[in-house]
Amino acid sequence: MSAITRDEVAHLARLSRLALADAELDHYAAQLDQIIVSVARVAEVATEDIPPSSHALPLTNVYRPDQARPSLSPEQALAAAPAVEDDRFRVPRILGEEA
Amino acid sequence: MSLTGKTAAELGALLAAGEVSAVEVAQAHLDRIAEVDGRVHAFLHVGAESALEQARSVDARRAAGEELGPLAGVPIAHKDVFTTVDMPTTAGSKILEGYRPPYDATVTTRLREAGLVILGKTNLDEFAMGSSTENSAYGPTCNPWDLGRIPGGSSGGSSAAVASYQAPLSTGTDTGGSIRQPAAVTGIVGMKPTYGGSSRYGLIAFASSLDTPGPFARNVLDAALLHEAFSGHDVMDSTSIHAAVPPVVEAARQGDIAGLRVGVVKEFAGEGYQRGVLARFQEAVDLLESLGAKVVELSCPSFTYALPAYYLIAPSEASSNLARFDGMRYGLRVGDDGTRSAEEVMALTRAAGFGPEVKRRIMLGTYALSSGYYDAYYGSAQKVRTLIARDFEAAFHQVDVLVSPTTPTTAFPIGERADDPMAMYLADLCTIPANLAGNAAISVPCGLADEDGLPVGLQIMAPVLGDDRCYRVGAAVEKALRDRWGGPLLKEAPAL
Repeated sequence: MSAITRDEVAHLARLSRLALADAELDHYAAQLDQIIVSVARVAEVATEDIPPSSHALPLTNVYRPDQARPSLSPEQALAAAPAVEDDRFRVPRILGEEA
Repeated sequence: MSLTGKTAAELGALLAAGEVSAVEVAQAHLDRIAEVDGRVHAFLHVGAESALEQARSVDARRAAGEELGPLAGVPIAHKDVFTTVDMPTTAGSKILEGYRPPYDATVTTRLREAGLVILGKTNLDEFAMGSSTENSAYGPTCNPWDLGRIPGGSSGGSSAAVASYQAPLSTGTDTGGSIRQPAAVTGIVGMKPTYGGSSRYGLIAFASSLDTPGPFARNVLDAALLHEAFSGHDVMDSTSIHAAVPPVVEAARQGDIAGLRVGVVKEFAGEGYQRGVLARFQEAVDLLESLGAKVVELSCPSFTYALPAYYLIAPSEASSNLARFDGMRYGLRVGDDGTRSAEEVMALTRAAGFGPEVKRRIMLGTYALSSGYYDAYYGSAQKVRTLIARDFEAAFHQVDVLVSPTTPTTAFPIGERADDPMAMYLADLCTIPANLAGNAAISVPCGLADEDGLPVGLQIMAPVLGDDRCYRVGAAVEKALRDRWGGPLLKEAPAL
């Protein structure tokens, strides 16, 4: 039985912002299925009474003093940008045509 | 002996005594890189000019009478996942090809402050995802012991650089074994410090709750010196521990283990383990006993669930962390022809810029975190993480350190597991528990497997902030084995 279908992989690729070709979807569907079947073993021991750990250290709410510090200049921040206009990152349109 | 054959501690002493200059030391290593790296491919970028410039600066400071640290003027190879303002930083990915970061990682800053001379940036599996460097977008690194085999990963460029005498020291990062496994399969020392003991600021993130910078060296003392040089609290990393760096250098110098309690994890043996690996491991355990340690076998039953838990937790964190590579602010941008939306450009950029393993893990993580699957996958994996921490806690009530083979097998041939993700993941079988629980763990060479003549690593795991114990035991094993072998294991490696 497969754990994940090709359509589900196509959906995951969309959520992950990965434009995959059809042949790639087939390839990844088979591999992801094998991996998911294998890692699903964690459910065997994960009983109700065990608290989850998101982290190795018991740290909460780590703050630093709210003080102004030197930061990057606009030139530094924009130096590696693919496109720049008027001291800003130039990006493709974000809203749909009808918006 | 040539300058490239010396240890970092020896070079530090020669430099301090004025018997050699930092420029001479840097040049000797740059010459070695020019001689052998065409075959090894440890480096993605060699910064010859900037290295000599740093070396000149150290020489000038020393000449001016400045008090310098023990590694001032010693060369180092730096994993290309730490940001560096004066060198490209790619994380082994096409999506960051040619990228110049606007700031240095804290580890980079501390290397500079210690006067270490950065020779260049080393190859790695893309975004540190892998166990072989075959996932690098810039081609694999070769194992100096056998150029047809993998040098481990993800920090395989760093392990190969040190094992082939291109640098006495290098940096790595360990998320599931990415320092210890490459160290084991190239016959050198690699240490994963306690999580939070070394700063993640400026380390390109893979799995933030696991990523840990650490040192590579050809001997235990050198690794401790580097560990001390770049570790310690950093206000720029909110998960950095507020504690002194454990006394790692002192422990590496002492190496006395009389009366130490050593636990052998019985889950790390059996099917999937190479015969020669288990034989060398058993000899190492016998050696510890002969040095005065009390050895007991104990069980950590949840460790058998560490691998599946890791391959849910790490991809989940990666799927979130790698969302920043969207082609908007830096790096590659594909398909921005004026007609496409930002979302379409992002999807085209990420499809073109990421390699297959990164895509697999992003989709796997997205799946594990998605509504309807979260509890069964990510949620269960987090519970296993609790169980593994409990197993460690129970074990460390009985013993001071735990030992195991670092890897189930020696270095495998390049290409053998490249299209089989699950086979590749098995390389991390023994190293992952320490990442999930945040413990300190080191790999030290313990011999060559009979069947293939390739290096085997002994893993020593200690409690959180017990990093010094790893060095203490590692130094004891190293000294006894060198007495037996008549020198370091690396003298058995073929000449390049």
